[in-house]
Amino acid sequence: MILDGKAPTGPVETSWDRYRFDMKLVNPSNKRKYKILVVGSGLAGGAGAASLGELGYNVDCFCYQDSPRRAHSIGAQGGINAAKNYPSDGDSIYRLFYDTVKGGDFRSREADVWRLAQVSNNIIDQCVAQGVPFARDYAGYLDNRSFGGAQVSRTFYARGQTGQQLLLGAYSALSRQIKNKTVTMHPRTEMLDLVVVDGVAKGITVRNLMTGEVESHWGDAVILATGGYVNVFYLSTNAMGSSVTAIWKAVKKGAYMANPCYTQIHPTCIPVHGEHQSKLTLMSESLRNDGRIWVPKNAADCEKPPSEIPEEARDYYLERKYPSFGNLAPRDISSRSAKEACDAGLGVGPGKRGVYLDFKDAIARVSQKTIAERYGNLFDMYEKITDENGYERPMRIYPAPHYNMGGLWVDYECSSNIPGLFVLGEANFSVHGANRLGASALMQGLSDGYFVIPYTIAPYLASIKNPGAVKEDHPEFKKSVEDVEAQTNKLLSINGKKTVSELHKELGHLMWENVGMARSKESLTEALKKIPEIRDEFWNNVKVTGEGKDLNQQLENAGRVADFLEFAEMLTEDALNREESCGGHFRVEHQTDEGEAMRDDENFSYSAAWEFKGTGVKPELHKEPLKFERIKLAVRSYK
Amino acid sequence: MDLTLHVWRQKGPQDKGKLETYPAKNVSPDMSFLEMLDEINDGLIRQGKDPIAFDHDCREGICGMCSQVINGRPHGKQEQTTVCQLHMRQYSDGDEIFIEPWRAKAFPVQKDLIVDRTSLDVIMQAGGYVSCHTGGVPDANVHPIPKPVADYAMDAAECIGCGACIAACPNSSAMLFTSAKVAQLAALPQGKPEARKRVKAMTEALLDEGFGNCTNHYECEAACPKGISVKFIAKLNREYLKSLMPTSTEA
Repeated sequence: MILDGKAPTGPVETSWDRYRFDMKLVNPSNKRKYKILVVGSGLAGGAGAASLGELGYNVDCFCYQDSPRRAHSIGAQGGINAAKNYPSDGDSIYRLFYDTVKGGDFRSREADVWRLAQVSNNIIDQCVAQGVPFARDYAGYLDNRSFGGAQVSRTFYARGQTGQQLLLGAYSALSRQIKNKTVTMHPRTEMLDLVVVDGVAKGITVRNLMTGEVESHWGDAVILATGGYVNVFYLSTNAMGSSVTAIWKAVKKGAYMANPCYTQIHPTCIPVHGEHQSKLTLMSESLRNDGRIWVPKNAADCEKPPSEIPEEARDYYLERKYPSFGNLAPRDISSRSAKEACDAGLGVGPGKRGVYLDFKDAIARVSQKTIAERYGNLFDMYEKITDENGYERPMRIYPAPHYNMGGLWVDYECSSNIPGLFVLGEANFSVHGANRLGASALMQGLSDGYFVIPYTIAPYLASIKNPGAVKEDHPEFKKSVEDVEAQTNKLLSINGKKTVSELHKELGHLMWENVGMARSKESLTEALKKIPEIRDEFWNNVKVTGEGKDLNQQLENAGRVADFLEFAEMLTEDALNREESCGGHFRVEHQTDEGEAMRDDENFSYSAAWEFKGTGVKPELHKEPLKFERIKLAVRSYK
Repeated sequence: MDLTLHVWRQKGPQDKGKLETYPAKNVSPDMSFLEMLDEINDGLIRQGKDPIAFDHDCREGICGMCSQVINGRPHGKQEQTTVCQLHMRQYSDGDEIFIEPWRAKAFPVQKDLIVDRTSLDVIMQAGGYVSCHTGGVPDANVHPIPKPVADYAMDAAECIGCGACIAACPNSSAMLFTSAKVAQLAALPQGKPEARKRVKAMTEALLDEGFGNCTNHYECEAACPKGISVKFIAKLNREYLKSLMPTSTEA
């Protein structure tokens, strides 16, 4: 099937304005007749729930954490982009739009990206009005810094905790609506099924994580804002509870998964140190404003203390290969370069999987005090984890799974192919193409939540004749609860020999080695053979103790890993199908003589939307052709 | 290294609970405290026993989910560090470690080391916000905010809402938590219009939720993983007193 993204036609510069004028509205007194379910309370879900509640809709918001303030948006460190052009360095909505399309390696929908760039400025205004304490200069005006893939300073930040501050802003707006009773909050609640009635999303089934009770909720629309799935690699920078579960349940009910192979491997993370490791820690990309990345030129120097390696024996490889962007080359390119250096035997630290991020020159230029003001919390965190002082000795970093550009397929209105099911933030696939630029995830989450969904959900709601007509007494709800309980009982009855985390590690290792930073037909074919083997072992040999009707963290994890074991196959199929290299998806068969990604616009200028056909059955591919009318397709160069 | 753990086990909110002892063998100094517990749990699961339930999520010290009292100190002995960022190199071979949940009337234990912290959300809902609508706000640079003021607000805003301050306080007071939000918003021009209403509402909520008052022990500051200063409690008290005075429009 050829999918239509329903983006407005005509000049992209006016597309969002024209959409808003042409759209159907729900009049204020009718809004209270509708109930909307929002799953997830991060930047997208929290901002969306708060804004919809404020408009007068009845909103129920769900999160698995004990408070909406803990969603993993909180982990974002470096900043949020906007086209304010406060530094007068040549920025504009058009430039942010252009940088984002190019940064995404020309695999995103133009109109969606334009809208993102356009509302980016409103986001900063909104956050400041909420009391978000962004960094300021001595005159009291907002300060900016630079991020990868841009030659302007457009990133607003709050020390190294920008995600936290923006999330607390959204949380404060949400708290206000909870107090006003327009939003009902359901913390410690995990969505385990989407209820679809006659092809339309009408509710969800959830498990209360404190009591184990399984129950359903009806809604006139369901919004998923459930974040990312890169814990499919086991070790990642995501929170331990981040999973594919909510969106995968939607896929199993017919929603299409778009471009799942576009995963982002972040270049600056603390390297893996041992077998028992449970997660990887990001060191913000903002560090690359002042840090210089290098490896020794000679493998013989790799074991030496870095201070004993003279300047001329160091290879500042990003500055050498990409002189105009240098250490601020985009994430996919920086990550691959680090991998190449380590593959060539030039890595440093344990296992030689690391490169140096060196602040010596920056400290000499602006003083250690200034560097500490900019990134102090990151240096502290680095020292807690590695026991090394990043001011005195260069940090060691290595790429790690961090984000996914892929996600549920949505049209311009953030609507999935299932009517009534909307998807926001990282959980959808819309704006980042094949690679996301730094400081753009926060921008997208808040854009979708504050400024897109409050508009784009209205035409759908206005089209519903009888809001609230389908409730929990409908047979589909009863069936959904039974299905969820059946899966719980099955997981508890296997009583095998391996723990959930052992099997998750096996899957993660396979995915990282075969479907990670460099993919080939052989590695992907092998993964497609081995994933079902791990899945079979899981369903025959996993050991989950405890009971279903109780607080049971093993059971929660088991359910999430079970979904990763199905989803991993779809991700790999997508990577195998995409016979080109673009952004975060690098097929070793498709590269230039210099080792750069080689796109194939003639055959692959489309978004791949996969339809689930059953576990272990090859999913069906649907295509949404990409049209570039405002920006000319070009080879993405940062040299 | 080999350690001996004494861990609080409690089946549910109604259960009395007790400490149980577990050996922790071959612990690597590079492991985080929670990774050490992961290993203990994997061992318990293999023996068919119930693993230790504990809250955790981001494991990078920012979400505020992890909450354990280790040898009598919330988040353990390393200063300005959450449990998830505490590493085993802080301990030595042969150490005995006691692990307990947050203990406060307003934080009922749910299971093992997991407590219910909904009361903190209730305090925030009472007024921990600026009542601005989505959209319809002025340009972000309309109100210049002097850097020292912005920095002061940010120092307060760093609170991760974990509740260690309450667990550390002999009165189970939530003054540091509440003051951080009151001070952040009272310092900024955007928060000033509602400052009087906010401080009253949030203070009342914290009393209603069963938290105690502050008697200047400063245990909260010592336990805070983000180093939130008790000076914000002084600011809270000042804001509260100010709110009792009639304004020029009320006089």
